[in-house]
Amino acid sequence: MDSMTVIVAVSTFSAGLAVAIGGYGPARGLGEALSKALDAIARQPEAAGQITRTLFVGMALIESIVIYAFVISLIILFANPLIGYIAK
Amino acid sequence: MRKIDAFPETVFTLGPVDVTDTVITTWLVMAVIIIMSRLLTRRLSLQPSISQEIVESCCEAVEKTVKDVLPIDPWSVVPVLGTLWIFIGFSNLTCLLPGLKTPTSDINTTFAFAVISFSLTHVFGISTQGLKGYLAHYREPTLLLLPFHLIAEITRTVALAVRLFGNMLSGEMIALILIGVVGFLVPIPFTMLHIIIALIQAYIFGVLTLVFIAGGINPETERGK
Repeated sequence: MDSMTVIVAVSTFSAGLAVAIGGYGPARGLGEALSKALDAIARQPEAAGQITRTLFVGMALIESIVIYAFVISLIILFANPLIGYIAK
Repeated sequence: MRKIDAFPETVFTLGPVDVTDTVITTWLVMAVIIIMSRLLTRRLSLQPSISQEIVESCCEAVEKTVKDVLPIDPWSVVPVLGTLWIFIGFSNLTCLLPGLKTPTSDINTTFAFAVISFSLTHVFGISTQGLKGYLAHYREPTLLLLPFHLIAEITRTVALAVRLFGNMLSGEMIALILIGVVGFLVPIPFTMLHIIIALIQAYIFGVLTLVFIAGGINPETERGK
């Protein structure tokens, strides 16, 4: 195996792994946030508007962690800095 | 290997500046919004037509959201925030039109938006409480936390840009990959999900900007200064 093959194999694997692990935690977080928000709405339906707005903002903040993982895996796949290091 | 078509490509160069296809789509979106707002506000009357009713309810929705969060006169923020909202919403929804590339799936566009949001925070903070009062909020609760305040200023701006960019690019890539794999009817539910995500992300961007502006304004400032 030359070094290029190693880099390609490891980058493909780690790009998938990045999204898999990066998706696991935020998915649980999103589920918990949603269930708590539903609890709160069921208890106080008149505050539904405010809860929904806060929920959306919070969910976007949680979700952005998945997006970071996704962007990192995109960098690994399409703009890998290590390939230029080898193929010089 | 086939080239993935979700990244911006240079169409022509103007001197040192590369003009990509996302920039051209941005110009198109700007033209559409300007023409639409000219047409919709041409004949305003006290007995509103249906189109005027729709535009007025949009403005009122923005005003109500701002009024719930900010302690100052909402109409100092509504014009710029509403423009940001409408522009990002329209840019996100261009993913539905074939042949156009979504402007917000280019990281340069989203960073431009994030820089606007970053500047708004400081502009409104300084204009409501003066330079001295604004800088004072950096040493709350203690001076020890100053580095964290400064780091947060930068990371939240970067996060704002990367969030919008990543969401729009991922939606587009999912559609492209599905078209490559199955091609017929299967991408439709994902595109519908992408419409919802596009609208929510535009909303989130505006709301987060609003929350950051509110964080820069001292809560003791009374309404309607």
